[in-house]
Amino acid sequence: MNRVNLPAAILVVLILGVWEAAVRLLDVPLFILPPPSCIVWTALIRAPLIFPHALVTFSEILMGVGLAVITAIPLAVVMFARPALEKAFSPFLVASQAIPVFALAPLLVVWLGYGMASKVFMAWIIIFFPICVSLLEGFKSCDPEFRILFRLMGASFFNTLTLLYWPWALPRFFAGLKVGVGVAGIGAVIGEWVGAQKGLGFFMIQSNARLRVDLVFAAILWLTAMGLALWRLTGILEKIIIKWK
Amino acid sequence: MLQVCSVKKSFKGRTVFSNLDLFVEQGRFHVMIGPSGCGKSTLLDGLTGVFPLDEGSLLWKGKSLEDLRHHAAYMQQKDLLLPWFSLLENALLPARTSGQDMKTAKETAGRLFERLGLKGYESHYARQVSGGMRQRCALVRTLMFNRDLILLDEPLSALDTITRQSLQSLLLLLQTEFKKTILMITHDIEEALSLADEIYLLSTRPMSVSGRYVLTLPKPRSDHDPALTAMKADILKKLEGDLNHEPG
Ligand SMILES: Nc1ncnc2c1ncn2[C@@H]1O[C@H](COP(=O)(O)OP(=O)(O)O)[C@@H](O)[C@H]1O
Ligand SMILES: [Mg+2]
Repeated sequence: MNRVNLPAAILVVLILGVWEAAVRLLDVPLFILPPPSCIVWTALIRAPLIFPHALVTFSEILMGVGLAVITAIPLAVVMFARPALEKAFSPFLVASQAIPVFALAPLLVVWLGYGMASKVFMAWIIIFFPICVSLLEGFKSCDPEFRILFRLMGASFFNTLTLLYWPWALPRFFAGLKVGVGVAGIGAVIGEWVGAQKGLGFFMIQSNARLRVDLVFAAILWLTAMGLALWRLTGILEKIIIKWK
Repeated sequence: MLQVCSVKKSFKGRTVFSNLDLFVEQGRFHVMIGPSGCGKSTLLDGLTGVFPLDEGSLLWKGKSLEDLRHHAAYMQQKDLLLPWFSLLENALLPARTSGQDMKTAKETAGRLFERLGLKGYESHYARQVSGGMRQRCALVRTLMFNRDLILLDEPLSALDTITRQSLQSLLLLLQTEFKKTILMITHDIEEALSLADEIYLLSTRPMSVSGRYVLTLPKPRSDHDPALTAMKADILKKLEGDLNHEPG
């Protein structure tokens, strides 16, 4: 994982290069599309301005992820233990993915206020599903021969869950969690667009209104960096926890 | 100790075995030998309640039983070691899940590790050790069930010849040192001849007992004993006859 993905790096450099050259050669005004060099520069020198907003969004994402994890685990366990409950819940889970979160955002702001709660909830809605489903799939993928072994040992469901199913499902759980931390920012930012006094989404709307497109892009850059950092962090956590691989 | 009376099992109308009888005597080493795919594993699965048998009954020390789940330790064909636990933790699983006193269990497992040549590897993961060591660890785990009867499903079949021979003597220890009664499956005739007190020869489709041999030679045995050579020839002849009768 420490080696650089060379083809991807080349592609990124290529795209940025074309962008930079096109903007400069065609003399595109700054308030339409700034060149990448300007975006990076803005993101850096405006860091004191952006950082407080980023911190708010980052906290919302973290809380959304935390909430999703502590709710997805029990639900996955319950659905795994009682297939009847899985049947009952799964239409709701699928529906929760079919609802466009944009449509919910205004309602959530009305219900939960302009503070962080509505944004945390938005993030939760988006990432609960991949975490819960991947964990459930992980439980189900357990090799029947191991289940038989545990039955022959007379193990209780709780013992089988903690000693067999849970570690068995951990790689899938982390796969779901990685997807989750990657997209959690979408929920938080949408929530902030609809109504907030802080956060990167709020900052983007404000900058946009003042035609500061460079600041909008700088905020997007920060958001991307945060998503990547969380994704990396999850990967590191996975390596630490699944140390038998 | 155990009497298996006319058990039957079929899957979707295809009978794997029916009217099968077995006698397992306390303290003896029983070996079932038969061609692969004839239903040996299915029999042990049925006896231990992995799935229910269709017909027949089990008598355990004179009492009728549904299955042997609480009386026998079953070592399946694969070692089934959990990759996230060390060898010692794997071996301690039966103690842990059945609520045995862990301090005593650890001492017992420690002694077994020493006896079976696993000392020093307690904290290794399964993937870090050889196939022979994994199988020995599975054997320790089987012993940790604390049961008098041990069912072994081709415990050595995945191993190379040299490892097999050293492990055969360990299997003998189960009987001589740990006083276990053993019912083992194999498709290796020489293995059967060197370990068994009693051999059940099984034929295929449906599986039935086509021969029963009692061996009184003391163990360890030499391959060249004329009595064994004769028995081997007889078993081979029956196995070949069985295969020739197979339809298709
Ligand atoms: N769960 C099952 N469903 C259907 N058929 C099965 C099942 N388990 C075993 N069989 C069949 O039973 C036969 C015996 O298999 P097995 O007991 O594994 O043979 P052995 O252990 O003697 O090599 C095989 O032909 C297999 O197809
Ligand atoms: Mg088999």
